[in-house]
Amino acid sequence: MSALPVDEPSGGVFVHPAQGGAEDTQTVAQLEGVSRVYSMGAEEVHALDDLSFSFGSGEYWAVMGSSGSGKSTLLNILGCIDRPTQGEYRVRGQAVSDLDDDELSELRSKELGFIFQSYNLIPQLNVLENILMPVLYQENPGEGIEERGRFLADRVGLGDRLTHRPTELSGGQQQRVAIARSLINDPALILADEATGNLDSKTAEEILELFDELHAEGKTILIVTHEPKVGERADRILRLKDGAIEGVEDNRR
Amino acid sequence: MRAVRLGVSSLLLHKLRSFLTTLGVLFGVSSVIAMLAIAEGASVEAQEQIRQLGSSNVILRSVKPPEDKVSNQESRVLSYGLTHEDRARVAETYPGVKDVVAVLEVPEEVRFGSLSCRPRVLCVDPTYKEVTGRIMMEGRFLTGRDGQATASVCVLGYEVARYLFPFKPAIGERIKVGAEYFHVVGVMYPRVPIGSIKRDPGTEVGGEVFIPIKTGQRLFGERQVKIRSGGMDAQEVQLHEIIIAVEHDQDVPMIANASRLMLTDSHREKDYEVIVPLELLLRAQETKRIFSIVLASIAGISLLVGGIGIMNVMLATVTERTREIGIRRALGAKRHHIVTQFLVETVVLSGCGGVAGVVLGLIIPEIVEAAGDMRTIVTIQAPVLAFGISVATGVIFGLYPAWRAATMDPVEALRHE
Ligand SMILES: Nc1ncnc2c1ncn2[C@@H]1O[C@H](COP(=O)(O)OP(=O)(O)O)[C@@H](O)[C@H]1O
Ligand SMILES: [Mg+2]
Repeated sequence: MSALPVDEPSGGVFVHPAQGGAEDTQTVAQLEGVSRVYSMGAEEVHALDDLSFSFGSGEYWAVMGSSGSGKSTLLNILGCIDRPTQGEYRVRGQAVSDLDDDELSELRSKELGFIFQSYNLIPQLNVLENILMPVLYQENPGEGIEERGRFLADRVGLGDRLTHRPTELSGGQQQRVAIARSLINDPALILADEATGNLDSKTAEEILELFDELHAEGKTILIVTHEPKVGERADRILRLKDGAIEGVEDNRR
Repeated sequence: MRAVRLGVSSLLLHKLRSFLTTLGVLFGVSSVIAMLAIAEGASVEAQEQIRQLGSSNVILRSVKPPEDKVSNQESRVLSYGLTHEDRARVAETYPGVKDVVAVLEVPEEVRFGSLSCRPRVLCVDPTYKEVTGRIMMEGRFLTGRDGQATASVCVLGYEVARYLFPFKPAIGERIKVGAEYFHVVGVMYPRVPIGSIKRDPGTEVGGEVFIPIKTGQRLFGERQVKIRSGGMDAQEVQLHEIIIAVEHDQDVPMIANASRLMLTDSHREKDYEVIVPLELLLRAQETKRIFSIVLASIAGISLLVGGIGIMNVMLATVTERTREIGIRRALGAKRHHIVTQFLVETVVLSGCGGVAGVVLGLIIPEIVEAAGDMRTIVTIQAPVLAFGISVATGVIFGLYPAWRAATMDPVEALRHE
């Protein structure tokens, strides 16, 4: 497999702050005392409870835990589609609480890649249009973006399906399109929530191999899963229980 | 442009629904244009008719008083209407009067050879043509000399000339009016432009024949006898009409009122009416104004209904596409991108409805004109206005659904089934 054409971390609005030591340059996402509380009437649900953690550049993480342990909530906050009720979350040193809705959207479109359990492609767009969607919301998508889209489609093995609609593809193929879409903006962080949950084991294995390749290329990946077999593929495992960190494992031997 | 293409492709996912939504705007727009065209046509028609009476004229007209006031004596000749005295008084008393024309109408048959017809035979002063703004087609109108000499000359209206002389010029011929012979000296254009006359000639010849008033008085007198089935109907009217031509338009109301006062004084019964074209014109304009307000209200309501239809559909669409909105937001779409996306869709919907509505709105007046024998006028403003309003409707009624879509919580939206 060939390397991606654009591979250095994208410059632009969200660069590292001038301050910060050697450790900071390695940190992609940093949580400081993050809580997420849902209030349902009088009752309060602490989906995340005073969580502090850092994800380094190039790392491959699996977030595991039983259902309701706060995995998706964590992923939403890391993906900047949800905000902590307390604490601070930084992406590449940029504090999310300082950003308004538009700036947050821009951050998502430039720095983050999302992969969902149910693929979440847009039905009225074809494969190439789906892949290109995140960058088309950027003010300046840049030259040759369509070329990059074709390249990524090729990369996930769908180079000959560019004009197909999502409904004309199998589940595995749709998830490949979603992975290509998550790569289009060369994100600092790729987030996948139960990405293999809807797939049979053979197709799931293919997707996981794709993640392995991306990791080998130096991408920072964080997958959420409750399946031990999937979690074991990652280098490191973050175990959650009731919104708090239960333990961290290192799988590398 | 990309946004428009995407909007269209989203709308095409629900072709029937989009089409039905468009219908509301379509009918709104087309009815606005059609109604405006019909109203404008009717108004122009009315104003033209009034102008033909002469907008700087005041017309006094004899009117047969109500039957019950006249004791029903069989033998008596009914005598009523304007008198020579009235005419003299009008001519002498008022300043600012340019001219006074008297009209006597005699119920005589007009004949040439074997052809005969019953037009209005009007005995008039020679200035009648100028005062009423009529135009000669050929020959000349009656002159003062004709009047002094009580000459037996006449001018035919176009319809009469065409009926009596279909194949040769009328001028120089001798026609018979009642029992008297008259030389034709001119033919006059009809009141209404020839183009819009659709009546079959000959079956019912309207039109007019003009003879000098002195000649008419001498030959036919002031007693008009109509032979009807079941007896004779005799009446005596000195003058059927007195047309007062006013020098300056602003004096028209004054002279109209003065005439009314004068007639009330000198007539025991109300056997006359005073017609003031200028007043009619003003009233017609006022009527048109009210009509326009009513139309605008109807148009507003129909477009409101169309707009609500659009809003309804767009709200359903937004709910249906909640997940899509969540995906787009999660992948970097800003709020204004989502607003734009949905607004473009509503504007495309209402714009299509608007275009189709303009087309239909231009066709309907044609049909009305052909079928209903009615005049319609499509002004340039009507389609432009209607189309503009339809697009504005789309924007206004699309804003709320689009805003709803844009302010959704991405996490909630993504969870939506
Ligand atoms: N929108 C919400 N409103 C209220 N409670 C929520 C909401 N989303 C998640 N929760 C609660 O937060 C906790 C963590 O949920 P989640 O992060 O989805 O868990 P997981 O993905 O690990 O199954 C659960 O107890 C869940 O009920
Ligand atoms: Mg979950």
